[in-house]
Amino acid sequence: MRVPVSWLVEHLGFDEVPTPDELAEAFTRIGIEVEEVSPLGPVTGPIVAGRVVEIEELTEFKKPIRYCKVEVGPEQVNQIICGATNFVEGDSVVVALPGAVLPGGFAISERKTYGRVSQGMICASDELGIGDDHSGILVLPTGTAQPGDDALELLGLNDSVIELAPTPDRGYAFSVRGLAREIACALDVPFGDPGVVEIPEPEGEAWPVHVEDRPGCSRFVARRVTGVDPTAPTPWWMRRRLMLAGMRSISLPVDVTNYVMLELGQPLHAFDAASLSGALTVRRALTGEKLTTLDDQVRALDSDDIVIADDSGVISLAGVMGGASTEVGDNSSDILLEAANWDPASIARTVRRHKLPSEAAKRFERTVDPALAPVALERAAKLLNHYAEGQIKPGRTDVGAPALPAPVSMPIDLPDRIAGVRYARGVTARRLGQIGCQVSVTTSEEGQTIVTAVPPTWRSDLVQPADLVEEVLRLEGYDTIPSVLPPAPAGRGLTEQQRRRRTVWRTLAEDGFVEVKPFPFIDPSVFDAFGLSADDIRRNTVGVLNPLEADKNVLATTLLPGLLETLQRNLARGAKDVSLYNIAQVTLPRAQQVPVPSLGVDRRPTEAEVASLLAALPNQPLHVAGVLTGHRELAGWWGKGAVADWSDAVEAARRAAQAYGVQLRVVASDLLPWHPGRCAELRVGDWPVGHAGELHPKVIEALGLPKRTVAFELDLDALPLDDHRPAPMVSAYPPVLLDVALVVDASVPVQSVSEVLGASAGDLLEDIRLFDVYTGEQAGEGKKSLAYSLRFRAPDRTLTVEEATSARDAAVAAAGERLGATLRA
Amino acid sequence: MSGANDPYDPKQVAALSAEHLDAAVRKAREAFAGAADLEALAAVKPGHLGDRSPVLLARREIGALPPKAKAEAGKRVNEAQSAIKTAFEERFAVLQVERDERVLREESVDVTLPWDRFPRGARHPITTLAERIGDVFVAMGYEIAEGPELETEWFNFDALNFGKDHPARSMQDTFYIAPGDSQLVLRTHTSPVQARTLLDRELPVYVVCPGRTFRTDELDATHTPVFHQVEGLAVDKGLTMGHLKGTLDAFARAMFGEDSKTRLRPSFFPFTEPSAEVDVWFPEKKGGAGWVEWGGCGMVNPNVLRATGVDPDVYSGFAFGMGLERTLQFRNGLPDMRDMVEGDVRFTQPFGTEA
Repeated sequence: MRVPVSWLVEHLGFDEVPTPDELAEAFTRIGIEVEEVSPLGPVTGPIVAGRVVEIEELTEFKKPIRYCKVEVGPEQVNQIICGATNFVEGDSVVVALPGAVLPGGFAISERKTYGRVSQGMICASDELGIGDDHSGILVLPTGTAQPGDDALELLGLNDSVIELAPTPDRGYAFSVRGLAREIACALDVPFGDPGVVEIPEPEGEAWPVHVEDRPGCSRFVARRVTGVDPTAPTPWWMRRRLMLAGMRSISLPVDVTNYVMLELGQPLHAFDAASLSGALTVRRALTGEKLTTLDDQVRALDSDDIVIADDSGVISLAGVMGGASTEVGDNSSDILLEAANWDPASIARTVRRHKLPSEAAKRFERTVDPALAPVALERAAKLLNHYAEGQIKPGRTDVGAPALPAPVSMPIDLPDRIAGVRYARGVTARRLGQIGCQVSVTTSEEGQTIVTAVPPTWRSDLVQPADLVEEVLRLEGYDTIPSVLPPAPAGRGLTEQQRRRRTVWRTLAEDGFVEVKPFPFIDPSVFDAFGLSADDIRRNTVGVLNPLEADKNVLATTLLPGLLETLQRNLARGAKDVSLYNIAQVTLPRAQQVPVPSLGVDRRPTEAEVASLLAALPNQPLHVAGVLTGHRELAGWWGKGAVADWSDAVEAARRAAQAYGVQLRVVASDLLPWHPGRCAELRVGDWPVGHAGELHPKVIEALGLPKRTVAFELDLDALPLDDHRPAPMVSAYPPVLLDVALVVDASVPVQSVSEVLGASAGDLLEDIRLFDVYTGEQAGEGKKSLAYSLRFRAPDRTLTVEEATSARDAAVAAAGERLGATLRA
Repeated sequence: MSGANDPYDPKQVAALSAEHLDAAVRKAREAFAGAADLEALAAVKPGHLGDRSPVLLARREIGALPPKAKAEAGKRVNEAQSAIKTAFEERFAVLQVERDERVLREESVDVTLPWDRFPRGARHPITTLAERIGDVFVAMGYEIAEGPELETEWFNFDALNFGKDHPARSMQDTFYIAPGDSQLVLRTHTSPVQARTLLDRELPVYVVCPGRTFRTDELDATHTPVFHQVEGLAVDKGLTMGHLKGTLDAFARAMFGEDSKTRLRPSFFPFTEPSAEVDVWFPEKKGGAGWVEWGGCGMVNPNVLRATGVDPDVYSGFAFGMGLERTLQFRNGLPDMRDMVEGDVRFTQPFGTEA
């Protein structure tokens, strides 16, 4: 909300008016956010009122250009070129004479332009810095000024505009009235409430009105003004204030409703009474009803929209925007003014539904003072009477009785206890009185001093003691609250899972991977590129209703799409050897989607209710995934390096799991998007927890990735939190080292051979390591030779070679028996 | 040469003469000194210390001497042989040192050669920051709470005192989950963890929750639709806004140095009352120390306590929340938030694992 300082301080009893910056600081201190303080101008030099005497239309240019004779003082007429056409001879305008400097350092001089000498400039409001309207030059209402009058004073350029963003709980602060009161509280100065207006007793109704929807409309008030002069202009002071507040001047009746809204916070609507047919009815729209709103849009109404209708049908989208058919026009002289209190929630829904935010709706959504409607109507009617000779009809329609704020009681020291401050005696009662509450202090049966505040009509946000506490604290100043550390509780530190996750995070980084954080939004067509079958579980995604990018409209079920996209971005920017990882939640819909139960907030939900709430959420396990391409070990002066291959992906996954305290088993698999012959399924026991290996060549081609790109993905949450408490016994006796080379069928997985050897060599085996794999002539067709080194050691004595040899032979025999392994000749 | 039994005067045996032996010693010394390296020394050694060397040959003559003369001749030969040995060993030691030095010299390398054999990895600075904040609060006795990113509206809004159609609800530009009536959202803040914590845990609770959050802001230099927050919540008997201020001040000092502090400005959040914006005094702010908007906070709204079964007449609490991207942006002077989300390794690598 933009407020000229001159308007704000009009209602305040300052001995000395503070500077705009001081006012802004006061607003900030009590919680009204200041977006900007803009001083008007600066304008220097001769700026005067002028009267257009004669207009010569120049037609030789591409756009219309006028050469005007403008009277700018007694007996002084200047010739001025002007590109605007929104004025006629006799109009009163603002002229910057040669020597003037306008905002932005724009210096005016006598100059030749369009083949003529131009002695000054006829100004638009934006050129003067008092508005953003550049649709034409500023035409002053007739009689506002005489040619030659100093326009600086007339324009009120010695002023500033403060733009404020009150929080949505403070509806009252969307008005000059509310903001002035805030300053009165903040700076302890007298406040003259413009909302206190004498309301005459009505004689009869202003118009017949039926409110059928009381929940939607708690109060509806109408007043009629007839004989309004439709040609009466809006007075300059009002236009100026509207302009500075960011509103356009439209016509006197509309300007008056806007002006009163800005001043008091009560939105008003002016109907052309001559266009109304019959009584007004307030109700919800009927399905199929349509309304052409003031912006000339035809809107299909929803049965939740509150509307005003007459015999012709719907004529207004209540509280949001009026209808075109009953709009006040150029000839309207009979005006029905309406002010009401609409249900904030309904208005909010209507605004969202029709994407139609309006100044009125903004205020109704935040709740309008229910006592204000007749006051605002009286103010508006008087303005129409004063400036357009309208006759205020004696009738007033006033339907409904809005709920007034209920009293709130609290121990008088509650603000002290919440703030941790001992406030001076009487502070609480004084501050509550200052914001408009009726305050009484009593003593409870337990002897406690209780303060009871009846909030003023405009403070519907004050409903519980905490709300009163905030008022006291903010007006006393948050800067008076001390800084005290609470006593430290006995925390248990990180959980086992949290510690292990951190280790995984660190391990991959130490292992050469760079962590990235792609968004979880993916384009489901990536699963086609992955070659996934139609029923693949990863295609079962959760959709986003309002995605930022239309095609990325589902949540990731795997981290690979995001990682591969990030990989591509890095490659496109010239990177060659890239290892990336990501640890993030994925979203996996449940097999059976459970509806979300409707729960209130007036009590703690039962265990069953909480359980059903949680059951309605998809599974969101934490995954870890990585992709690698290019060199894992770079080429350099030390040698050729090594290109990342499937085994690096498997190893990275194993390391991640090891960091979590889990040893993974590897089993050959053929899951897409991995290469069917180079895909490892990673298991904990027999339970699959992820995959690793080289990507399928078709997937690589479809995604335009470098050949042999490799990847892994693990479900971190599927890893068990095994107790990891090793108690190693270290023998100091010497080892016996034996090598053995076994020939097996090429199809036998190495892991099986290692497992059989390890399991069959007995307790004396301390370590087993595969140091070579050989395929070729000497191994035999379809065979491979595996060379192991075995380390034997006894815990209690020096082991003999004979003992070790017999243990090895037992292992070799077992491998022969179970896997057909033979000793290599 | 004379026969073994010839009675002759040793002085007349030329080989045993002092002149002869002195000459042998002198020649040996000259030969050793002339050996340039260990190989050359080894080559000349037999000529002066070998079986056929003059001194050894002289020693053979002793046996034939009369007993009286043997002792004197033997002494002379021993002295000569010892002198040659000493000369050899001295030279050997010198040449060995020379050889060792040469070998070390020859084995020297250019130790300034680069070693970028394995590209460096790094954690994302947001991860590191979240962890660091967690540690600060764990040190204050807090625990780390967690919650899902896809959340029910009840946890994200209702339980936090957001009225169904209150403007505050639409102020947080929410990603909604399909279908339209799902009542599921991507959490717009980490605050739903407040409600989860109060339902889950025994009182008192002191928790922080770093996590990923979502709002429908277009990505630009200062906004990202996917960002991170850290939420703090303390609910106990007798907690005051002074305790909130003290906690925030301690947090600020841990993050921005001993000279840092915080300032509270009244504001509005549905889930706290009173509510405040937090500004932090940042001594290293670009262009000079100053206040920077840091987050929101307040005393937990009694309605939130009621919705989670906590008696607001017995317990009070405070809560606060900060954006991690924003914190990182001003702490490190990062001009463009897009760098944090695009995943360019050149951005992340300099942070290492523990930036």
